Amino acid sequence: MYLFIGILFGITMFKSEAASWFRIYEMFKFESFHMYGIIGSALAIGIIVVQMIKRFKIKSFYGEEINFNPKEKSLSRYIIGGIIFGLGWALAGACPGPMFTLIGVGYFPIIIVIISSIIGTFIYGLLREKLPH
Amino acid sequence: MNWIFEPWPWYISGPMIAFIMFLLLMSGKNFGMSANLRTICTICGAGNKANFFNFDWKSQKWNLVVIIGAVIGGYIGSYYLTTDMAVAINPDTINDLNILGFMSAGKSYLPDEIFDNSSLFKVKNILILSIGGFLVGFGARYAGGCTSGHAISGLSDLQLPSLIAVIGFFIGGLTMIHFLFPLIF
Repeated sequence: MYLFIGILFGITMFKSEAASWFRIYEMFKFESFHMYGIIGSALAIGIIVVQMIKRFKIKSFYGEEINFNPKEKSLSRYIIGGIIFGLGWALAGACPGPMFTLIGVGYFPIIIVIISSIIGTFIYGLLREKLPH
Repeated sequence: MNWIFEPWPWYISGPMIAFIMFLLLMSGKNFGMSANLRTICTICGAGNKANFFNFDWKSQKWNLVVIIGAVIGGYIGSYYLTTDMAVAINPDTINDLNILGFMSAGKSYLPDEIFDNSSLFKVKNILILSIGGFLVGFGARYAGGCTSGHAISGLSDLQLPSLIAVIGFFIGGLTMIHFLFPLIF
């Protein structure tokens, strides 16, 4: 089941060109509607889906309650973390989903991006107590 | 059926992403890809170094299966469902990129100048890829999520923290492309 969802996700990331470095660059240049259309329409439907699940208390496939974890309130961690992520997103042109898709496409240099992002996560874990959250 | 070989327009791609999030929610899970990077750290034994990595990684096994699927999906998408790999970006964008030295703009899926397998032997490219990746991994965990976790899942749930994070993503991305790219390339 999760493998199927992942394959669907990978195909979507590739075919939508959201995994393309060029599309990310173009998005930050505001020179195309494409990426905004993707995120915007995913979001519009996503909001409706989440509201429906909450309103009608829809149960999961396994009959369990669907929980949404509210994120902790903070400003600094989201803005600083967000800016750091954005800098990397624009430079590497890939976020944590599509970078895996690109291995399948055969772009092996992306493995350097993946390993570095794992190292980045690890360093964050080490410094966590010392960073403003 | 020819449309499937063409790049998918946003009004197909966006709803597909929402559908994937729906499937994960209905499975009792959350859509968030960067969580896998933390899980991989834990599997590698990072729990000995920082408490942040002390959690039962098996509870995240499903998410690792999703990224394995994403790799397979990339293979299927590119080898079976695509005839032309070129990404038709805006001609103005192509011009800008040509000026920066990216001659592959508009002709390939990723810039050959950075991602061609042979360019792996250039120190500058290795630096670009590793610094970019590092910032993505560090920033995603610091912000508590990436594009899927915040921009899609979090905003779908109308979470203010996710909106702040997405604003951060854009401040970072715009800074990189408008101010730092001319210095790097």
